[in-house]
Amino acid sequence: MGMTITQKILAAHAGKESVDPGELIMAKLDVVLANDITAPIGITEFRKAGAKKVFDKDKIVLVADHFVPNKDIASAQQTKLMRDFAREHEITNYFDVGNMGIEHALLPEQGLVLPGDTVLGADSHTCTYGALGAFSTGSGSTDFAAAMITGEAWFRVPESMKFIFYGKRQKWVSGKDLILHLIGDIGVDGALYKAMEFTGEAIADLSMSSRLTMCNMAIEAGGKSGIIAPDKVTLDYVESRANRGYRIYESDPDAEYCEVREYDVSKIKPQVALPFLPENTVPISEVTDIKIDQAVIGSCTNGRLEDLRIAAQILRGHNIHPDVRLIVIPATQSIYMQALYEGLIEIFIEAGGVVSTPTCGPCLGGYMGILAEGERAISTTNRNFRGRMGHVDSEVYLSGPAVAAASAVLGKIASPEEL
Amino acid sequence: MKLAGKAWKFGDDVNTDEIIPARYLNTSDPDELASHCMEDIDPDFMNKMSPGDIIVANKNFGCGSSREHAPLAIKTAGISCVIAKSFARIFYRNSINIGLPILESEEAAAKIQEGDRLEIDLASGVIKNLTKDETYQAQPFPGFMQQIISSGGLLNYVMSRQN
Ligand code: SF4
Repeated sequence: MGMTITQKILAAHAGKESVDPGELIMAKLDVVLANDITAPIGITEFRKAGAKKVFDKDKIVLVADHFVPNKDIASAQQTKLMRDFAREHEITNYFDVGNMGIEHALLPEQGLVLPGDTVLGADSHTCTYGALGAFSTGSGSTDFAAAMITGEAWFRVPESMKFIFYGKRQKWVSGKDLILHLIGDIGVDGALYKAMEFTGEAIADLSMSSRLTMCNMAIEAGGKSGIIAPDKVTLDYVESRANRGYRIYESDPDAEYCEVREYDVSKIKPQVALPFLPENTVPISEVTDIKIDQAVIGSCTNGRLEDLRIAAQILRGHNIHPDVRLIVIPATQSIYMQALYEGLIEIFIEAGGVVSTPTCGPCLGGYMGILAEGERAISTTNRNFRGRMGHVDSEVYLSGPAVAAASAVLGKIASPEEL
Repeated sequence: MKLAGKAWKFGDDVNTDEIIPARYLNTSDPDELASHCMEDIDPDFMNKMSPGDIIVANKNFGCGSSREHAPLAIKTAGISCVIAKSFARIFYRNSINIGLPILESEEAAAKIQEGDRLEIDLASGVIKNLTKDETYQAQPFPGFMQQIISSGGLLNYVMSRQN
């Protein structure tokens, strides 16, 4: 029996010829990640356990991204714990204000995750890196602390679900729309514990940016990981960034899947997920007259250069609706810089939007755009849970950057076609 | 280990933002976190519950973020066990790693009602409903996880193997 790409990567990291779904393994890790919310708990645990050394200072990545530049004293204290730890242990890949970015945009951009890697991150959207052909999954802070000590983690080898996308995308449809459509189809626990493998001609046709967006939201279907086998697009992306070797894996033709689903992308319209779950998706054509107070374009899901370019293309020459606050957050410093060179930032500001330094900020209701009672936002982020962006009686609608930008102009959730 | 307490019922897909909203994540102080436990789904929860009580939920409990603050808030609040039809994967993993007992049982999740008195034997996975005089069998933990739990959490397990 053949193996899936996920089985192959895990087998290689467990020092085995092959592994089966359900098997418990101890796997070596190439990257161990945490951020300013999850690292402090892990670091405290690390110290409490009496650990003195990290397993490899080059393989740990610490990113201050959720609440920086620090929004209040408590978050400053918390981040300081991570800052001090990073210095004490001479963590090579430590990113703070000035060189940081939202972790899941930053790590691929910096070439820190490569095809064939096994990655454990104390953040649920660690599944993003599957887009590079790596096995990558989220964990909590205790797992992170243990991984910093040993460089290993236990995993239950997941079963795989295969999602085949074919056909040609309609205008304004990006990776975000494909993954929202998929989550709407299988539900927020449709892939619980499973590896989600995305494949087919329509995936091959996607940019790296859109692929990262799709794998980013695997967790929103309950998935353990998302993965796309590397192809030319992947290799073009990693070639100039990689500072070490990497390995390409792909699934065997006779690999076993617990489920296979197919989607004709030519039938998928731009999607919107209604409150309060990412599975409440509808095509934009079915959303009528939902007025918004805020539009957020950013996050680890859609804060990449391509997303900003799409938003700018729509906003150019338009003013945003007077009742709407548009907040644009480039996901990393280098995306920010590139957007500046390309004149995108100017377009956002001229349209009446604001542009923030990279941060998670409003995505998790931290700061930089908190919603009041009864307010509504359209957002390119990945979660629309109750209270996610502020007051428990506020609402978040999820979409790709095209719909978010068009909605900012029209003051209600709208398709770019309506402009 | 035997646990006993009153059941508090919750529905499907209870997410980590409801268990502990992100606006409180600027601290990792367990008592502070516990004081906001379940706040966005039931603002009165912490006033109503008593130490030892048990949360009983439907499918996909703990979905959403990887924040360990969620099981930590529940554990520190004094909840002795969470029973659900199913758990979100990272929540499940985190609970074991920090030593919050959790049990998966479709039958228990369906039949237990709010206020029922429960008695749980963790070793066997047997849940007794004293109010209804019923017994349910939960999935016992795989051996590997039992080792982690019996060492008192993942870090103790890891450190004992390091030395
Ligand atoms: S942008 Fe949002 S989803 Fe992404 S890491 Fe930050 S808080 Fe999490």
